[in-house]
Amino acid sequence: MADLSASRASAVASHVAAAPKVAVADLGALPPRTRFVFRGREAAITAAGPAFGVALPREACRFAEAGDRRVLWLGPDEWLLTAPEGAGAAIVADLAAALAGLPHSLVDVSHRSLGIAVSGAMAARVINNGCPLDLGLEAFPVGMATRTVFGKAEIVLVRTAEMRFEIDVWRSFADYVWRFLEEARREFA
Amino acid sequence: MLIITCPHCGPRPELEFRYGGEAHIARPADPSTLTDEEWGAFLYQRANPRGLHAERWRHVAGCGRFFNALRDTQSDFFAATYPAGTPRPDTDASGVKESGR
Ligand SMILES: [Zn+2]
Repeated sequence: MADLSASRASAVASHVAAAPKVAVADLGALPPRTRFVFRGREAAITAAGPAFGVALPREACRFAEAGDRRVLWLGPDEWLLTAPEGAGAAIVADLAAALAGLPHSLVDVSHRSLGIAVSGAMAARVINNGCPLDLGLEAFPVGMATRTVFGKAEIVLVRTAEMRFEIDVWRSFADYVWRFLEEARREFA
Repeated sequence: MLIITCPHCGPRPELEFRYGGEAHIARPADPSTLTDEEWGAFLYQRANPRGLHAERWRHVAGCGRFFNALRDTQSDFFAATYPAGTPRPDTDASGVKESGR
């Protein structure tokens, strides 16, 4: 089996170091996270919440969190579970115990993507350079999370505060997305 | 930009969707009993109407699910969208509540 304990080098580390300060559109890399994609039917969905520590949100395009764990609704039977790095083995064990006999799938996708935070008064405008969604507070409120597009890349976009977004992007697209964001926020520098 | 209403996620930009061909085409239960003509018709013959067309779409950069839509092939107007597995809404273009433009 592949050694998954090897330390990960961030795909955007060099960009982070060189990033200029832009107060109204700050750009930053988020620390590595443990990520799982969970899929299942009603009984498994109900049982997965207490085992993970956060009830799986049933409302479309919303996320829920408790402590340092977060669950994002990605589809009617699909959720993204995230936790601090290193929590993976415990999550697998807890869910396996709680979901014994219930058909479901739990796939570790921790190394597939990385997180980028965009914050500040112009955060939504910067993201809208590459994302066609309406990012007004009414259409995209705090607590919303959804897969969408950013330029040519598919991302998961999360609004954690009125002026703060988190982008989860596949590692191989991270360089592209970061440079796109950097280009977009230049007008506010 | 064209806005398409996903039955799960609500109104979303066209860029997030992929077209999936004509809807409500059931695979024959026992293909081995079909003639070549009947099998060919299942595979390739489509209604291709001028006007309202029931078709499959996938919200690929969203919830990822397939759903069905009634779209006017002349105007590109989406008269209705509805979950996969549910019957085609019994209506014409004028009688459907607008669900997207
Ligand atoms: Zn959707």
